Amino acid sequence: MTSPTISTSNPIKSRSISEKRLESIFRSLTLIFAVGIGVILLLIGLVVAFDSIPAIEASGLGFLVGTEWDPVKNVYGALPVIAGTLISALLSLLIAVPLGLGTAIFLSEDFIPLNVRTVFVFLVELLAAIPSVVYGLWGIFVLIPLLKPLGVWLNANFGWFPLFSSVPVGPGMFPAGVILGVMILPIITAIARDSLATLPPELRQASFGLGATRWETIFRVLVPAAFSGIVGGIMLALGRAMGETMAVTMIIGNSHRLSASILDPANTIASLLANQFAEASGMQVSALMYAGLVLMVLTLVVNIFAELIVNKVKAKYS
Amino acid sequence: MLNFISRRLKPPSYRLVSSLSLLTLALSLTACGGGGTDTANTGDTKAPTGDQPAANAINVDLKNNVGLTGSGASFPAPLYQNWFVKLNEVVPKIQVNYQSVGSGAGVEQFTKNTVDFGASDVAMKDEEIAKVSKGVLMLPMTAGSIVMAYNLPGVEGLKISQANLADIALGKITKWNDPKLVADNPDLKLPDSPITFVHRSDGSGTTGVFTKYLSAISPEWKSSIGDGKSVQWPTAKGKFIGGKGNEGVTAGIQQNEGALGYVEYGYAKNNGLTMASLQNKAGQFVEPNETSASETLATVELPENLRAFITNPDGEKSYPIVTYTWMLVFKKYDDPEKAKAMEAMIQYGLTEGQKQSAELGYVPLPATVVEKVAAAADAISPDFQISVK
Repeated sequence: MTSPTISTSNPIKSRSISEKRLESIFRSLTLIFAVGIGVILLLIGLVVAFDSIPAIEASGLGFLVGTEWDPVKNVYGALPVIAGTLISALLSLLIAVPLGLGTAIFLSEDFIPLNVRTVFVFLVELLAAIPSVVYGLWGIFVLIPLLKPLGVWLNANFGWFPLFSSVPVGPGMFPAGVILGVMILPIITAIARDSLATLPPELRQASFGLGATRWETIFRVLVPAAFSGIVGGIMLALGRAMGETMAVTMIIGNSHRLSASILDPANTIASLLANQFAEASGMQVSALMYAGLVLMVLTLVVNIFAELIVNKVKAKYS
Repeated sequence: MLNFISRRLKPPSYRLVSSLSLLTLALSLTACGGGGTDTANTGDTKAPTGDQPAANAINVDLKNNVGLTGSGASFPAPLYQNWFVKLNEVVPKIQVNYQSVGSGAGVEQFTKNTVDFGASDVAMKDEEIAKVSKGVLMLPMTAGSIVMAYNLPGVEGLKISQANLADIALGKITKWNDPKLVADNPDLKLPDSPITFVHRSDGSGTTGVFTKYLSAISPEWKSSIGDGKSVQWPTAKGKFIGGKGNEGVTAGIQQNEGALGYVEYGYAKNNGLTMASLQNKAGQFVEPNETSASETLATVELPENLRAFITNPDGEKSYPIVTYTWMLVFKKYDDPEKAKAMEAMIQYGLTEGQKQSAELGYVPLPATVVEKVAAAADAISPDFQISVK
């Protein structure tokens, strides 16, 4: 066996100095950008925290459980808006996750021919492109008149149940939850569909080879395999739902109250900030910044929680 | 998506499709371009254009074009925008730009000297005036009234007494057929349904004026809630919903049967809302319109600094909730051309401008007030004399 000979007449040229310099510049530049993102996030958090110090000193942790928001007497309590943010986000997830996941599964399997499927994928992604104000207007003129009779019927027949215990006035938590659900649906669908579509075909083939039916394959093999992507999509959607301002402020009723009924008007932190910030002065600005800080912390907690879930499922399946 | 189409079509058709789509894209972009700031003009197409070269035509000689910027209250914004467009037609060298950002932001920008003039529904307090080194002149340019608009099909001419208004706002009267309301309106058929009170969700001068009025007529309101640009409405007692801006409150009233809310008169008039008659200090029920608001202005004596808060006015025919809105200008401008242009603008507002205010739902200033404002504004520039004949 002869060993391969490397010709020494045309040696491989080593990289020139300018190429090496270019590469090191590229690496430092991209490092700066990556670190910069973290720094910007940190700076935003610091500015918000700094501006909210007067309110933290004045109200302390009572801010998180107080229910009065009185700019005249400078007494601030954010429990109603914290609850409103969480409840509206939860309601939107209840609507969007089953629908979104179902649509994603439908669009990643071959239930319908490819041409029709492409059109549907396009339409779902178009939903995400509609501006939030337009959703708000649609909510006021179409959704609220549609949901009000439903709310009245729910209250008339199930009024004993705390969730439906009040007569709806029009704007309220229920229409806001529905509209948020519609707004986050394309995010969940697009990301879940992507995660499912990029799974290696070997998984599906192996599952069929072992004798699983189509639905067993989907729920027992494909969805768990794409789980991290799906949960990532749901978390992104939840982040959008918690921070959504314009559409929510137009149809949630802007009422600072804590109520068990979803048919009552309510308020969220983002909506409160959008409404009151422009004309606020003095301690009110600080209190609004404090509420903003609480929202940032809430989003962070939710994201950490999601990361934990993804890690646990990954550990179980790999 | 275009690939999808192109694969299906033969080459000549592909070119046709792509050129058609480019054409529609271009058309839709041009449609976007023109729509920007014309909203202020749409309400004024009825104004006669024949009296442009008017009796007191503004003769101001300016060397170059002068641009003035202002920002402030949203309440007079439609009127001011209208004035500035017409002013530019009469005196092409003056271009005024006004942004409606709210009274609070307007005062702040004016104090920081980032704009040439400000506008506010709430006059500046002494501490705020002291912060402005160039000196401040507060000029009332127009006035407006706040009305209680409601949505009860078939019910016209509702009368609300002072006591009942305070009780509704406090959440003590929660149904339309409450005995106290029925007592004041014996010949109206008030339904047995809850009152949905629509208030402002954003901080606003309108809320400030309305709550000041409630504080004046109801000691209970004053001690429990007080007055301010945002207040804590008694949400636990009645049905309270908030709308953003006068537009939001108007929409809230129009879409919910049984709703009652406070809006500026211009918005109620232009949107066809039914307005209630309110009881004034003299005990009379007064309907909101231009005459009753003018009566109120006539009873109030403007002090030297032109700052008057009209709270619970006297007079048999006065409408109880009327407020001036002020333009905030500096006493001295560094640029003499700007000073001349400011005076010319103020003269326009006080003369031609007042004629347009009634159409748009604002209250024209009484003649005595116009003269006082003109005299005060004359101090800005020695080169121009304001005449308001």
